[in-house]
Amino acid sequence: MTATVNVFLKDGVLDPQGKAAHHALDSLGFSGVVDVRIGKQIIIKLDTQDKDKAEDEVKEMCETLLANTVIEDYTIEIN
Amino acid sequence: MKVAVLRFPGTNCEFDTQYAFEKLGHSTELVWHENEKLPTDIDLVVVPGGFSYGDYLRSGSIARFSPVMKAVTTYANNGGKVLGICNGFQILTEAGLLPGALKRNNDLHFISKHQNLCVINNDNAFLNKCSKGEVLNIPIAHADGNYYIDDEGFKKLEENEQILLRYSDSEGNPVVVNGSVTSIAGVCNENKNVFGLMPHPERALEAILGSEDGVRMLKGFDA
Repeated sequence: MTATVNVFLKDGVLDPQGKAAHHALDSLGFSGVVDVRIGKQIIIKLDTQDKDKAEDEVKEMCETLLANTVIEDYTIEIN
Repeated sequence: MKVAVLRFPGTNCEFDTQYAFEKLGHSTELVWHENEKLPTDIDLVVVPGGFSYGDYLRSGSIARFSPVMKAVTTYANNGGKVLGICNGFQILTEAGLLPGALKRNNDLHFISKHQNLCVINNDNAFLNKCSKGEVLNIPIAHADGNYYIDDEGFKKLEENEQILLRYSDSEGNPVVVNGSVTSIAGVCNENKNVFGLMPHPERALEAILGSEDGVRMLKGFDA
């Protein structure tokens, strides 16, 4: 199975990279941009076929290493 | 005093750190990250600056799982003194030994310059040779020094006098350098035996190089 993990700074935690990209989009004339958040995507291939097991395992990976939950939130998608 | 200086792949301030503590009359020992034990009879562990594991994923996030960090955590939990400088500060927050986290600087730049710092609390094993409100001139060199902590955590820091230093002007008024919450440059844990700061006191030991204020900071551990 493949797990797709998205890690983003929490709402309320200023995202300096998103802010810089937002400014750049504004100055390029893309006037309708309300907010830009930049995060990272981590793709993990797992040898299990059990979706629940995969989800539990990836959640533990996120809590332990992949996200710093002091400042970041994450989402997990298993396929 | 005997000081253990940790070394991870990508650490680059370990020799400056050794030089600093040896200049102050202490003995030092480099400890490779794969060691599961710290040397015996040490009085202080320093996690020096650098770019451990290339800052991959997040600064300090991989180093904090090195075998030696288990020993450091045990050492700290038993009351041993630990100092993290720059990348060392990032590693200690990632390890949960210090509260908060360090984000990318607000302007996204790597900032490298001499910076004034105001001493906020000195009733601890680190800054006891400095006075409250004193302004120190210490180099900073970082891209991820933007200290973040939530409101509740910040309140605790203030109440327990865990804020060590703030970026300031020459009068001691806080200034925005990298976007840190209330300009925080360094904090300690609740038990006041684990210390972290982004500035580099080990680079401020000789007036001819711009400042010797780092001496007074690092001498705090003498007592």
